Amino acid sequence: MASHLFCGRVNLNILREAARKDLREFLDKCSGSKAIVWDEYLTGPFGLIAQYSLLKEHEVEKMFTLKAGRIPSAAVKNIVFFVRPRLELMDIIAENVASEDKLQPRDVHILFVPRRSLLCEQRLKEKGVLNSFTNIDEYILDLIPYDGDLLSMESESSFRECYLENDQTSLYHAAKGLMNLQALYGTIPQIFGKGECARHVANMMLRMKREFAGSQTQILPVFDTLLLLDRNVDLLTPLATQLTYEGLIDEIFGITNGYVKLPPEKFAQKKQGEGGKELPTEPKKLQLNSAEELYAEIRDKNFNAVGAALSKKAKIISAAFEERHNAKTVGEIKQFVSQLPHMQAARSSLANHTSIAELIKDITTSEDFFDSLTVEQEFMTGVDTDKVSTYIEDCIAQKDPLIKILRLVCMQSVCNNGLKQKVLDYYKKEILQTYGYKHILTLKNLEKVGLLKPQSTMRNNYPTIRKTLKLWMEDANEQNPNDISYVYSGYAPLSVRLTQVLARPGWRSIEEVLKMLPGPHFEERQQVPTGLHKKRQPGENRTTLVFFLGGVTYAEIAALRFLSNMEDSGTEYIIAATKLINGTSWIKSLMDSPEENLP
Amino acid sequence: MAFVTANWNPLGEAFYRKIELYEMGWNLKDGLRECLVAAAPYGGPISLLKGHNRRSPSDRPQLEIYSSSGLPLASFPWKSGVVKQLGWTVSDDLLCVQEDGTVLVYDLLGGFKRHFSMGNEVSQSQVLETKIFHSPYGTGVAILTGALRFTLATNIDDIKLRRLPEVPGLQGAPSCWAVLTQDRQSKVLVANGSHLFILDNTACTPVTPPGLSPQASSIVHMCVSFSYKYLALLTDSGHVWMGTSNLKEKLSEVDTKIKTPPKQMAWYGTLLLFPSAVVMWDGLLIVVGECKETIQYHLDDDSILVPELDGVRIISGTHHELLQEVPGACEEIFKIASMAPGALLLEAHKEYEKESQKADEYLREIKEQSLLSEAVRQCVEAAGHEHEPETQKTLLRAASFGKCFLSNFPPEQFVSMCRDLRVLNAVRDYTVGIPLTHTQFKQMTVQVLIDRLVYRKLYPLAIEICRYLKTPEYQGVSRVLKHWACYKVQQKEESDEVIAKAVSVKLADAAGISYSEIATKAYESGRTELAIKLLEFEPRSGEQVPLLLKMKKSPLALSKAIESGDTDLVYTVVMYLKNELNRGDFFMMLRNQPVALSLYKQFCKHQEQDTLKDLFNQDDDHEELGNLYVKASYKDQRLEARIALLQSAVDEYYKAKNEFSAKTTEDEMRLLRFQRLTGLWLHNNLQCTLSIQKSFLPQTFDQKCTLLFMIKTKNHNKYCCLSHRDMEGAAEAAIERRNESEISTVLSRCSATTDHLLMERLNRAKATAVKK
Repeated sequence: MASHLFCGRVNLNILREAARKDLREFLDKCSGSKAIVWDEYLTGPFGLIAQYSLLKEHEVEKMFTLKAGRIPSAAVKNIVFFVRPRLELMDIIAENVASEDKLQPRDVHILFVPRRSLLCEQRLKEKGVLNSFTNIDEYILDLIPYDGDLLSMESESSFRECYLENDQTSLYHAAKGLMNLQALYGTIPQIFGKGECARHVANMMLRMKREFAGSQTQILPVFDTLLLLDRNVDLLTPLATQLTYEGLIDEIFGITNGYVKLPPEKFAQKKQGEGGKELPTEPKKLQLNSAEELYAEIRDKNFNAVGAALSKKAKIISAAFEERHNAKTVGEIKQFVSQLPHMQAARSSLANHTSIAELIKDITTSEDFFDSLTVEQEFMTGVDTDKVSTYIEDCIAQKDPLIKILRLVCMQSVCNNGLKQKVLDYYKKEILQTYGYKHILTLKNLEKVGLLKPQSTMRNNYPTIRKTLKLWMEDANEQNPNDISYVYSGYAPLSVRLTQVLARPGWRSIEEVLKMLPGPHFEERQQVPTGLHKKRQPGENRTTLVFFLGGVTYAEIAALRFLSNMEDSGTEYIIAATKLINGTSWIKSLMDSPEENLP
Repeated sequence: MAFVTANWNPLGEAFYRKIELYEMGWNLKDGLRECLVAAAPYGGPISLLKGHNRRSPSDRPQLEIYSSSGLPLASFPWKSGVVKQLGWTVSDDLLCVQEDGTVLVYDLLGGFKRHFSMGNEVSQSQVLETKIFHSPYGTGVAILTGALRFTLATNIDDIKLRRLPEVPGLQGAPSCWAVLTQDRQSKVLVANGSHLFILDNTACTPVTPPGLSPQASSIVHMCVSFSYKYLALLTDSGHVWMGTSNLKEKLSEVDTKIKTPPKQMAWYGTLLLFPSAVVMWDGLLIVVGECKETIQYHLDDDSILVPELDGVRIISGTHHELLQEVPGACEEIFKIASMAPGALLLEAHKEYEKESQKADEYLREIKEQSLLSEAVRQCVEAAGHEHEPETQKTLLRAASFGKCFLSNFPPEQFVSMCRDLRVLNAVRDYTVGIPLTHTQFKQMTVQVLIDRLVYRKLYPLAIEICRYLKTPEYQGVSRVLKHWACYKVQQKEESDEVIAKAVSVKLADAAGISYSEIATKAYESGRTELAIKLLEFEPRSGEQVPLLLKMKKSPLALSKAIESGDTDLVYTVVMYLKNELNRGDFFMMLRNQPVALSLYKQFCKHQEQDTLKDLFNQDDDHEELGNLYVKASYKDQRLEARIALLQSAVDEYYKAKNEFSAKTTEDEMRLLRFQRLTGLWLHNNLQCTLSIQKSFLPQTFDQKCTLLFMIKTKNHNKYCCLSHRDMEGAAEAAIERRNESEISTVLSRCSATTDHLLMERLNRAKATAVKK
């Protein structure tokens, strides 16, 4: 069921099991048949913890989406609301509860994810329904195990809240999540961090540790180091187009909660004798994680190396199928047959990924993609970042998707440490005149978070950062990479470079650059109870948890995995993030474009 | 040592022994005569009420509380009504049941805690008899009223009164009754003459004990064992019937040959091999067991019996004794001429101390039977059951000696027994006076023992024990210190500073202390300043907030909430403040707390747009005000309203010195006005400008601006399907601007056949432009 969680250095299934146990306990608290009313946003994250079968085992018979009005009728004993603590949701719940049939009372329960909220309970009280609830509980779901080495809070708007709205709720949850993680995996002795949010999270963690002093768990620490990184330390990376296989899938089709929806045409089952059957119209939904052997192998490769890997795999599989001709004795045939399911799974997986690769290839080989990538790379190498880019101008004129434009403009601004006022105003004007005045607020948002900014009197320090941290590698090897820069075919993500330098030779060597990046950098140590100090075997790697506050991209994950697998790296990385993002979803989360409300 | 068996008495196959626990420290003139006495189990405190029937205000009865060793804990004159019964709760609180059904609760140092009533019916018909009992749900009270009805509360901390059904044929007080807990329900067993009834919530069921001797015409006394498993009945013929409390099985029946009604009867505990009961008359105590024989003890003084898990304590005016069956291990070792491995090991060790070679002989004898580990175990176990430290030591030394000849013998039992005994000897000490046996200690757990010490305010001893047993700080030392501090803050005679200092010094290193609890105590005793001082020490900001709000220290509460990082808590305080303060003060307070302010703004954004405007106004945040108007403009369906809102936005943007936004917004307004003229809804500036025929454009509208768009589209034909007329317009605009590149663009778009004239004009203009 969750085999992908076992494979990593750290068994993240412990976390998943703990979460499942809590869920079961809560469900059993509401004895009898029940219907769950879902805050729609939660269904995705919950899918990573428990399938419907688990709910069904605990007498969940119906599931509804939370919406105003009445709850659809269902012959159940209990109604359970699974919601985030949001006031607007409380209003809906109050309405739901108030319109419950008074003659056939059902037990109503509420489960807050990830935490109870006094504010929400107060609201329910004001609405006069607080006493209608038999159970009010919280389901602490901060860090959700996503893959063998990956945890996500699946908190969509975390970056926006922290940097735009100055609402640090998600950081509080992150700190709580880290405490929870430490309860299961032991105290993390070393904490490093860079950025305001990182500092805030670390402060909260240290405070919470003091608060829980005396009730420490006696667990041998699994993680040696925690690195907290603010997304705004590295605004550039998510803007660039990811060039790993998984990164491109996300860029083009979007991966949500570990699933991707693909256009169905390529996946039509071509069976003999069924020709002419109409093509499926439903998008093809695929789960993507390391449980799938082939996917685990190719996900982090540069897309240009995927073709070769697929064809190699194809040869191996067909060779394996050919084996049947060599199988002479009954025993041999039996052995062949026993391997058949595995082989068939491998074959269908190969077919799927070949189709996906084809879909991606159609796009990556297009002129548009090439042009856009060229401009991105020019920006990243510092070419003409101070002038209006004719390419961007053209794109606006052609009315290319707004987000694409915003990504490029922001990238230019970031790579130039701000744009000249004239250039900035020109872009803004162009965008507003082409895409509509309503985007003015979006532009302001981008300015507020620092993605777009006028050049200050300060020198552009991006070239220095680029050179010191070797962010641009001319000779990136896409097929057999020797550096993390392969994930963007030349650009080495700043965030991952910082991580790499921290492990070796340490941040002291880059003090100057760190000072140029926003926010403080720091190191904290947490006392590990005596007797729980890890005795490292010679050659045993350190384990570092890298937590991206504000989101992480698949390409960054790929780069960290690459570092983990490097022969002499000495460190293995587990990755945590508030959310898995890409440039598009990230910019989208910052947009504020009111829908025109016209007759 | 030689006399270990001196106080043993055989009964059937078992031995019984009477151990003196204490010579009582109290000085009672008349002993226990004419006193209401209640002693709590597990070596708990003893309460006495002398002359409880006295009613005259000039001569009040005296309530006294003593430790098990007779040291006074409290003493005060009883000023309330007539007390019918005293009893102790599981948490060492004293219950005094009055005639009118009121129950008063005191702590064991005589502090009044609370009172509750057993209901109207009880207070009207008065209490006839009452029993205090312990059930899995806590401590309960059962009352027989003057109307001969039973009223029951199973847990005094969560009182739910139950009135039991009537007992048929009951004319006067029943000869005896008892409360028992069966099937998770408390029931009453009543004897009316020779008839027995069980009363539960719904029914009164007659029962007959199997094999009850026929000579009996009345049951005069009954008692239930500690765990409610066994029942003993004493008949007027002097027979003691013993059986299971469900009345299904008879264990034995013994004739005491005494026909007078006894003073008290008690079970001996049920952990034992042979369940047995004790019956007490004036000056006589009889132990009855499975066999026909009995043991008789003479008592010099009025006494009471306190049933325990593994024995019965006998408290008299001068002495405190424990009567118990000799535990197996002790019997094996100390029985005369015992050849049990433990006995041999003890002997071996004695010889070893004497440096005699016989030690080796004994040891060999044990080892040959491979019983050495059994011998060690016996000695350790027996040590646990011995009261005299000297005997304990001898046994433990023998065990330790035996251990030397064993490899891989697990040391845990020995080590933990040594620890337990050290703790037990400490609490059995005369000054503490908690005579626990090892069995009781194990049953009650260290946690509860610590609680009991805390109730007695024996904080240093409790802490020593926690440290010695290495109890996790959180449940151990810290907990005790918290109790100490809660007590300390109530000491009125000391100043806030002194107390705060004392508390902080003592609690400084203790982990996991809840200062907010201590502060709450201080606040409850009316010391707000002290509470605030104490709250400063609380590491969990979250915990500080509710109390601070309660004490109306809202600014502090707000900053503490912010410190905690818990935004929900911040919101809670903010909402509280919003209701408490007037708007001006509220805004002022938020202004000083940017975190709270931005959270509140978020709240307003979703819930109270108007407040948001006020907030921005207060801060002169014109930029945000502008944004707000822009947003509002999209919500409005009426064009005029939208334009008006945009105008407000423009004003704000100018005030914010944001030229760009102001200008762009003005453009938008122009576009909207134009829409009003044409009646077209323009969803997109570029599209619309391209699609609108130039001739429609009103003079006021910025033609140049529009046409410039067309030129900007450069090489992309498909997006720039300029009509012929547009082309002219574009040309005009370009010429007017005298921009060479723009002219060229338009030129490149002209077709030689249709736009001949236009091309000429453009070429001319281009030439002039170049010259310039």
